[in-house]
Amino acid sequence: MSAFDSVTAARANDRPTAVDYITRIFGNSFIEFHGDRRFADDKAVIGGIAELCGKAVTVIGLEKGRNLNERMERNFGSAHPEGYRKALRLMKQAEKFHRPVICFVDTSGAYCGIGAEERGQGQAIAENLMEMMTLKTPILSIFIGEGGSGGALALAVADEVWMLENAIYSVISPEGCASILWKDSSKTAEASECLKLTSKDLFKLGVIERIIREPKNVDSIMFDSLKTLIAQTFDKLGGLDTDTLLEKRYNRFRKY
Amino acid sequence: MENQPFIPDELWVKCPVCKNPVLSADLNENNKVCPKCGYHFRIAARQRIRITADEGSFREFDAEMTSENVIDFPDYTRKLKNARINSGENESVITGLASIGGYPVVLCVMNSQFMMGSMGRVTGEKITRAFEYATENKLPVVVFTVSGGARMQEGILSLMQMAKTSGAVKRHSDEGLLYITVLTDPTTGGVTASFAMEGDIILSEPKALIAFAGPRVIEQTIRQKLPKDFQSAEFLLDKGFIDAVVPRGEMRDTLTKILRLHSGEILTEEGETDERI
Repeated sequence: MSAFDSVTAARANDRPTAVDYITRIFGNSFIEFHGDRRFADDKAVIGGIAELCGKAVTVIGLEKGRNLNERMERNFGSAHPEGYRKALRLMKQAEKFHRPVICFVDTSGAYCGIGAEERGQGQAIAENLMEMMTLKTPILSIFIGEGGSGGALALAVADEVWMLENAIYSVISPEGCASILWKDSSKTAEASECLKLTSKDLFKLGVIERIIREPKNVDSIMFDSLKTLIAQTFDKLGGLDTDTLLEKRYNRFRKY
Repeated sequence: MENQPFIPDELWVKCPVCKNPVLSADLNENNKVCPKCGYHFRIAARQRIRITADEGSFREFDAEMTSENVIDFPDYTRKLKNARINSGENESVITGLASIGGYPVVLCVMNSQFMMGSMGRVTGEKITRAFEYATENKLPVVVFTVSGGARMQEGILSLMQMAKTSGAVKRHSDEGLLYITVLTDPTTGGVTASFAMEGDIILSEPKALIAFAGPRVIEQTIRQKLPKDFQSAEFLLDKGFIDAVVPRGEMRDTLTKILRLHSGEILTEEGETDERI
């Protein structure tokens, strides 16, 4: 499978989105919470609390939508500053109530538009990076589809970062890269190779801890085993004292 | 934006804003600010250090550190070589210890002449080390930003620099230490979305372009023309994202004033005002 095959798979319309993961892993226990308390509720970010194997967790996802109407409503998973601020609000709440945070990442990138710039897209992402680095509770980020640049990283300053086998994570879209490099945005396949954006590449580069195998047809076995893995990881991370947890998180990113 | 010329050695230079011819000597005398319209030409990092730090005070950190083509990206090795030759520098940021108006600071100055100030691993590493040094030695940090964003040629590892530098800024901040950012034209992308926007105090030079997504990307996304002055320093000031727009000629004094007010030496033990006022 080529890098570009992964790009295609990561963007496929029938791929499970954050809502699917939340429903399949947390079932009815998930309660959605809205709004950043400053400007609006950004529907590209879904967040709330849920139960995982008898414990409370905070759940945040970048949601693309599963059909055209949903995609329009969710802005195709491209968040505005208020989306990142909602995520940070929920993370701070998780810290207060000592529950771990799980983020499902799936976005082509933070939204590029007038409102997003006016309300400080750069500042919102920067604040998340800074605050997540010292959030006193475990954070796990799972890339389930696209991981587009700063807009993905804003939910991925975590103790562990995992990727679905066919998810991608990149500093720039292959199209953007191709148009800068060769002034030809159609050379996406070549650019995809150059960027080293597949789960395998990123594992080799030490950017992620785990690759989640994807069965041909996503089934409940995958979600069940993912649920078990998440619970085990939170047990492991929860066993660390806060100073150790934060020291490890700092060093996780310090090494790059 | 990338085509904006640096000032050649010729006698006369045409100001790109007011279109008036300006004597190179006058321009240099005026810190490369157009004497007719106040346009701030881009300046090299070394010159920025000269006009900001006290004379002879700058001690550079990690001067020899250079980037490698880690992910074997096409043409990057050649680009790096050209950037070194054209800028005369090893990376897109210069870091070191300096004093400004007598106050010791860690000073980081980005360089638009080196791959448009893009942030690669070495850029991130030098900034991170500078913050770690400042944290350890309880010093304020002043960073002058100019950047096209994360350096695509280093792939995901350039993106990781945003998290790495933000971590170092946070540790510095948690120790109660002062961080001043000075945004200069242009500051965009991954630098805007990390340490540029993390200062306790954020200043900017007039008319600087400050953006997460650059104007061209936005125009392509929304398919409409952007209003004039959108994403200028003045626009960001109006929207509440920066503390003050400060002309180049006043920057050193402004920094000195801010540093003094954070130095804890305004009042002596007897409650008398410090003589430096």
